[in-house]
Amino acid sequence: MDFTEDQIQRYSRHILLQDVGVEGQEKINNGKVLIVGAGGLGAPIALYLAAAGVGTIGIIDGDVVDLSNLQRQVIHFTPDVNKPKVISAKEKINLLNPDVNVITYQELLTAENALEIIKDYDFVVDGTDNFPVKFLINDACVIAKKPFTHGGILRFEGQTLTYVPGAACYRCLFHSPPPPNAVPTCSQAGVLGAIAGMLGTIQAAEVLKYLTGVGELLTNRLLTFNAKTMDFRTINTKPTHNCPVCSTHPTVTHLVDYEQAVCEIKRK
Amino acid sequence: MSQIKVNGKEQTIQELMTLSELLVINNVAEPSMVSIQVNGTFVVREDYDTTKLSENDEVDFLYFMGGGSKLY
Ligand SMILES: [Zn+2]
Repeated sequence: MDFTEDQIQRYSRHILLQDVGVEGQEKINNGKVLIVGAGGLGAPIALYLAAAGVGTIGIIDGDVVDLSNLQRQVIHFTPDVNKPKVISAKEKINLLNPDVNVITYQELLTAENALEIIKDYDFVVDGTDNFPVKFLINDACVIAKKPFTHGGILRFEGQTLTYVPGAACYRCLFHSPPPPNAVPTCSQAGVLGAIAGMLGTIQAAEVLKYLTGVGELLTNRLLTFNAKTMDFRTINTKPTHNCPVCSTHPTVTHLVDYEQAVCEIKRK
Repeated sequence: MSQIKVNGKEQTIQELMTLSELLVINNVAEPSMVSIQVNGTFVVREDYDTTKLSENDEVDFLYFMGGGSKLY
C-alpha cells in the first residue's frame, strides 16, 4: 500500500523505529484484530491499536456503559453512560484514527458464534472480565489455530500470556475454570483502575509485535505483576502434554459455554 | 530442612513437605484458585497431597485472574 503524506506523518514514530519502518507499519495497517470485551482491558487496547493504525478492529461486547465502568474503561466518557460499549468505542476510534475500519458485535461471545466471528481475524485479544469467556476464547483460538493474548487483572495484580499455535495455551496453565463456590467474596474483588491500563498496553504491544514480527512474544511465559510492590515476573511454562484442548489427544473438542456468576455491588 | 524457591523467592521448609502443606504455610486461602508448577511442570490438584518437595525445587503459584469487576 502507498501511504499518503498524512499517514506518513501520523505513523512517523513507528516508521522511524528501525524494527518497524514502512514495512512494519504496512503490516499494522493490514492487520485484523478482534477485541473481546470493550471494558477495562479492551479500552486501552482498542485506543492503542487504533492509534497505531491497525486496519480492521473488531469489537465484541454486549454490555452498555455503566457509571462504575468509567473508573478504568478509558475509551468511555461520562456522556456515554447507557450507550452500548461497542458504539461508544467505535465513536472514539473513528475520532482518533479514520484509517481504522471498526466492526462491532453487540453481543456476547458464545460457543455458538465464536468460531464464526474469529475466523476473519489475524489475532484475538482477551479483554474479558470472566472465566467462562476466557476459556471459550482459549478453546476457540486453539481449535481455529488463531493467536491470542490472555489478560487477567484483580485488585493490584495483572497477568498476561500470548498464545500462538504450538505454544502453551491458557488451559496448559489453568486446566479448567475455577469452581464458582471457590471464587473470593465480593469484598475481596475490585481493581485499581490503572492496572487495566498497565496490562492492556502490554497486551496491545504484544499485538503490534505479532503483526510486525518484531521481538519475542510472551509465549510459554506468563507475565505477572503486583502494583503494590511493582514487582514484575515472568514464569516460564511449556505446553502440558495432557492439556485438555491443545494436546495430541484433547478432551475438549468442541466449544462450551461455562456458567457465569456475577458479583454486583448492591446499591444503597 | 530444605531450601526451595516459591515464586522466585527462597523459602526454607520441612523436609519432604507436600504441596498441600506448602499451600497452607503460604496462607493460600483458596487452593482451587491456584495452579501449581513444580520445576516447570504442572501438578494436578489430586496430586497435591502426595507431591513431596525436595532441596532446590522451584515452585510457582499461578493465580486465576479474571477482570476485577465480575468474580467468576
Ligand atoms: Zn494447552
